[in-house]
Amino acid sequence: MSAVTTTAPAVTEAPPAVRRKRRSLSPGRRLPATRLIGPVLLLALWAAASAAGRLDPGAVPAPWTVLETGARLWTEGTLPDDILTSLQRAASGFAIGLVAGVALALAAGLSRVGEALIDGTVNLNRAIPTLGLIPLFILWLGIGETFKIAIIAIVVYIPIYLNTHAALAGIDSRFVELAEVQGLNRFQFIRQIVIPGALPGFFVGLRLGVTGSWLGLVVLEQINATSGLGYLMFQAQNYGQSDVILVGLVVYGVFGLVSDSAVRLIERRVLSWRRTLSS
Amino acid sequence: MATHTEQLTRPAVRLRGLTRSFDRRTVLDGIDLDIPAGQFVALLGHSGSGKSTLLRAIAGLDHQVTGSGQLTAPERISVVFQDSRLLPWRRVLDNVLLGTDGEDKGRAALEEVGLGGREQAWPSELSGGEAQRAALARSLVREPELLLADEPFGALDALTRIKMHALLRELWERHRPSVLLVTHDVDEAIVLADRVLVLEEGRIGLDLAIDRDAGADARGEYRLRLLAALGVTEDLR
Ligand SMILES: Nc1ncnc2c1ncn2[C@@H]1O[C@H](COP(=O)(O)OP(=O)(O)OP(=O)(O)O)[C@@H](O)[C@H]1O
Ligand SMILES: [Mg+2]
Repeated sequence: MSAVTTTAPAVTEAPPAVRRKRRSLSPGRRLPATRLIGPVLLLALWAAASAAGRLDPGAVPAPWTVLETGARLWTEGTLPDDILTSLQRAASGFAIGLVAGVALALAAGLSRVGEALIDGTVNLNRAIPTLGLIPLFILWLGIGETFKIAIIAIVVYIPIYLNTHAALAGIDSRFVELAEVQGLNRFQFIRQIVIPGALPGFFVGLRLGVTGSWLGLVVLEQINATSGLGYLMFQAQNYGQSDVILVGLVVYGVFGLVSDSAVRLIERRVLSWRRTLSS
Repeated sequence: MATHTEQLTRPAVRLRGLTRSFDRRTVLDGIDLDIPAGQFVALLGHSGSGKSTLLRAIAGLDHQVTGSGQLTAPERISVVFQDSRLLPWRRVLDNVLLGTDGEDKGRAALEEVGLGGREQAWPSELSGGEAQRAALARSLVREPELLLADEPFGALDALTRIKMHALLRELWERHRPSVLLVTHDVDEAIVLADRVLVLEEGRIGLDLAIDRDAGADARGEYRLRLLAALGVTEDLR
C-alpha cells in the first residue's frame, strides 16, 4: 500500500475499521502444482552446485550424469526388467495386503466374534516389526518371490486394517439410531452408512500402506535378491557407481510420488463431500 | 373435530403403565396415554424429566432400557431429531430418500419444505434451518402415521423457529399424521399443538386441551397453567 508515493494522501484507501476481516485459519486457496515447487528448487540447487564444481562427482554425480546413466541402463541394460520385477513384487504384495486389511477390518468391525478373534491377533502382529520376520519367512518360504510378497503384504495390511477398523468402530451412534428409525436392514445399513462413514479412515490407511509397500520393497531387494531395482543398486554399491544408485533412488521416488498422487486423486473424488482444510 | 370421531375411537398411540428406568432409577413411572389419530400433541417437562425417554420408547429405540408396560404404536413412524442428522456423504435428495425409494416423492417433499432446487446440494452446504427442513422432508417422505419430534427446533434461531412452526403446522394440516412434539418452550407448545402434556416425576402431570380458536386471553391462561405445572410460579400473581 505504502509503495504509492504520490503527494496526495492515500484517499483511495478504505477506512480500516470497516475492512477488518477475521483472520482465516484455513491455509487458503490451493495453488496449482505447488507440490512441485520444493522438489524443483532442490533439483536446481543440485544442478547449480554440480555445474560450479562444488560436488565430488564420485559421491554425488551431476543430474545430467544420472540422466545419461538412466538412459543407458534403460536402452542397453536391465533397467526395464528390474523395474518390472520390482513393480510386480510391490503390486502383488500391496494387492494382497489391501484385500486382507479391508476384509479383516470389516470382519472385526461388524461382528463381535470377528472382533474377539481378529483385533487382538492383528495388534500382536503389529507389535512385532515386520522386517524382523524376514529370517523366519526365508526359512519357511525360501528366498523366492513368495516370501518377498508375503512380507510386503504384511507391511501393507496392518495400517489399512488399523485405520479402517478404527473408522468402523467410530461410526457415530446417532447415525445408527437414524438407520433404525429409517428402517434400514443390516445390509443397507452397512452399505449406506458404515462403509461411507469409514472411508476417510480407510484412505488414511491406504496411503500408509502404499508407502509401506515401497519401504518393504527397498529393504527386501537390498538384502537378498537377484533381480529388481534394489539388486541393481546393491551391485552398483559394490562397484562404486553412485550414478546408478541415484538412478535407482529416482525411480523409487517416482514410484512413490505417482502412487501417492493416485491415491490422493481417488480419495478426493470419492470423498468429495468432505470440506476440510486440504480441499 | 367432529369429522374425526371415527378415528378417535382407535388411538394411534396407546400406552398403559409404561415404565422405564436406568440403573434402578425410575424415569417413567407407569404412564397411561392415548393419542388419537391425527392429533398434534406437545410434550413439556423439565430437563431430565424423561421426555426423550418416552419418545424413544414409542419409537422403539430403547433396546437396552429396562421397563414394562403396554405400548401400541403405528407401523409407519418417522422421527425428527434435534440435530438434522443428515448423512454428510449423501446429497440432500439421497438423504431424504434414505431407507425408501421413489425419487419423485423425494423431490416433492423437498419442494414442500421449500428446498426445491437444492436436491443435489451436500448437507454441509445447507444452513441450520435448511438442514432441519431437509430432515422434515425425510420424515414426510415415508408418509408417517405418527411423527415423533424431539426438540426439532431447539438449535434454530428465533426467526427461523417461527417460520418452521408455520411450516410444521401447514405440513401437519396437509398430511394429518399424529404428532408428538417434545419441546421445552411453553409458547411453542401452545402455538403448535391441540393438546399439551406436562411430564412430571415420571407421570403425565397435566393434560391440557388447547382451543386453537381461543383469543389472546385464553392463551395467556394456558401459558400460566403450563408454567405453574412446570413449577415456574413467579409469573403468577
Ligand atoms: N442411556 C441412559 N443411561 C442412563 N441414564 C439415562 C440414559 N438416558 C437418559 N437417562 C436419564 O434419564 C433421565 C431422563 O432423560 P431424558 O433424556 O429422557 O430427559 P429429557 O426430559 O429429554 O431432558 P432434556 O429436556 O434435557 O432433553 C435423565 O435423568 C437422564 O440422566
Ligand atoms: Mg431430551
